[in-house]
Amino acid sequence: MKRIHRVFVANRGEIALRIVNACEGLGLETVVGTSDVDRDGLAARRADRAVCIGPAPAAQSYLRDDLVVQAALGTECDAIHPGYGFLAESPKLAHRARENGLVFVGPPAEVIELSGDKLTAREEAALAGVPILPGEEVEHGPQAKLAAERIGYPLLVKAAGGGGGRGIKLARDAGELDALLSLARSEAGAAFGDERVYLERFIAAARHVEVQIAADTRDAVVHLGERDCSVQRRYQKVIEEAPAPALEPATRDAITQAAVRFARAIGYQNLGTVEFVLDAESGDFYFLEINCRIQVEHPVTEAVTGRDLVALQLQIADGEPLGFTQDEVTIDGHAIECRLNAEDVAHGFMPSPGTLSLFSVPDSSQLRVDTHLFPGAVIPPYYDSLMAKLIVRADDRDAAIDVLLDALEDVDVEGVETNRMLLISVLGHDDFRRGAVTTDWLERAIV
Amino acid sequence: MALSAEDVREILRIIDESDLAELQIETEGFSLYVRKGGGDAGGSGRPRARSVSQSAEVGRPPRAPEPAGSQPTGEDERDGLVTIPAPMLGTFYRAEAPGKPPFVEVGRQVEPDTIVCIIEVMKMMNSVPAGVAGTIAEVVADNAELVEYGEPLFRVEPA
Repeated sequence: MKRIHRVFVANRGEIALRIVNACEGLGLETVVGTSDVDRDGLAARRADRAVCIGPAPAAQSYLRDDLVVQAALGTECDAIHPGYGFLAESPKLAHRARENGLVFVGPPAEVIELSGDKLTAREEAALAGVPILPGEEVEHGPQAKLAAERIGYPLLVKAAGGGGGRGIKLARDAGELDALLSLARSEAGAAFGDERVYLERFIAAARHVEVQIAADTRDAVVHLGERDCSVQRRYQKVIEEAPAPALEPATRDAITQAAVRFARAIGYQNLGTVEFVLDAESGDFYFLEINCRIQVEHPVTEAVTGRDLVALQLQIADGEPLGFTQDEVTIDGHAIECRLNAEDVAHGFMPSPGTLSLFSVPDSSQLRVDTHLFPGAVIPPYYDSLMAKLIVRADDRDAAIDVLLDALEDVDVEGVETNRMLLISVLGHDDFRRGAVTTDWLERAIV
Repeated sequence: MALSAEDVREILRIIDESDLAELQIETEGFSLYVRKGGGDAGGSGRPRARSVSQSAEVGRPPRAPEPAGSQPTGEDERDGLVTIPAPMLGTFYRAEAPGKPPFVEVGRQVEPDTIVCIIEVMKMMNSVPAGVAGTIAEVVADNAELVEYGEPLFRVEPA
């Protein structure tokens, strides 16, 4: 019983194009909802149809679940794919889609809601026997001080409604905690509409390891291996790879099993990512959060597993079984992705919007480039600065680094500033080459 | 607002790299008007008040120019008619309810605040005013169909 014939793509940029291509491969029609400045974008041109849902600011277009559902209904779509960012993890959109008879390509609204509350997600993880860091919700100074003493300094102050690296502050001692607690609460209220914050133990030498999971609507849950995304700046990922380098086989087994156990416990459906922090010194890992969306870095998993994850999302959403077992998931070789951003590294990573007078990426069988850009394309200032993802797969990590370095040397961009040289210096750095850097490494290395 | 030589160079660079023919910035105690190329690109001779004043705030990225023709403007077209564009995406309704007479027909005189149609977004009915005084010359959009943001709904012969 096939329900999906036409998919509404509620996103922009490279991921909108990625979804259009996946739909095309499955023989599905596509309608892309664009903002006013994205009307002439590549995704809009490649899709069967594009509709302008609102003006450039995302709050008036890409973040309006009412307009997205109205546009999907008005163009006779049967499903909505939200991509990542924007409304990807909005329970409201998932609800509204379902109420209006549309398939939401993602987990059920209730699961998104649970996952979006980081405190509830922590509790669920603990119940499922997944290790979590010592932490607790705090409201005011005296209570926070006591909680902090139980947890130990330094610690992180995190917004319950945050996630994806947003709403996190570091407190090294009681004085710092006191100074930032009320600010953290009001910022959380403003940013996420939820003032609740919690304290969590901070791991100094931490790696970011995440597990890709896939669950169909018939209770089958598998993992598709892990990714290491420890090269970060301000909690934003810069370089991602699969598999995670220098991971003990026992740790790999334990972390992937924990992810599957958690997904099963919360009734997860469709694709998702369970994020962990890995203590680089002890090798212990702890649950961070679950992301109810396709991740930016999904191509490294595709590269080593040979599976199309966006197509898999659509198939699961349409009620099809996974079609493979855990034993049939194999990891072959090593893949690395880097994010080419339009930003001015020399000036505090300021976004660098503009018109691309030149945009050229190398064409090679070992390289995959996911991009919505072309010479003459405009990078508007309203959205994130991701220009392109360069993904390589090779037999081993060293070879993958070499191929990616060569590829970056052949990337030519004029018209905007990019982080290309930063990517080259990271990939060429001895620390990175040796494997396993920690999440604070990049910021220390570039200072 | 203190403006350094660096800021001025930055503003000029942004204008230079953009498709803007002219730029007018006005903030408290500061106003700037620049036109590219020295010629009268717009043909009007007067600076149109494009709302770019916020773009001069330090620390904010410059706003990119709107691509030509994509912004609902209601400006004069070749035949002198003015377009009433859809202020939002939604379902276009010419009447308050099925069976009721349309808000406006061709030939009807409208004032800027005359309601010309309804656009429905998820059961929310949004009344759309003409925004211009004149006579309805054409009903462009189809009743009960989806209209995009900025899509022409009516054409009006301005008064």
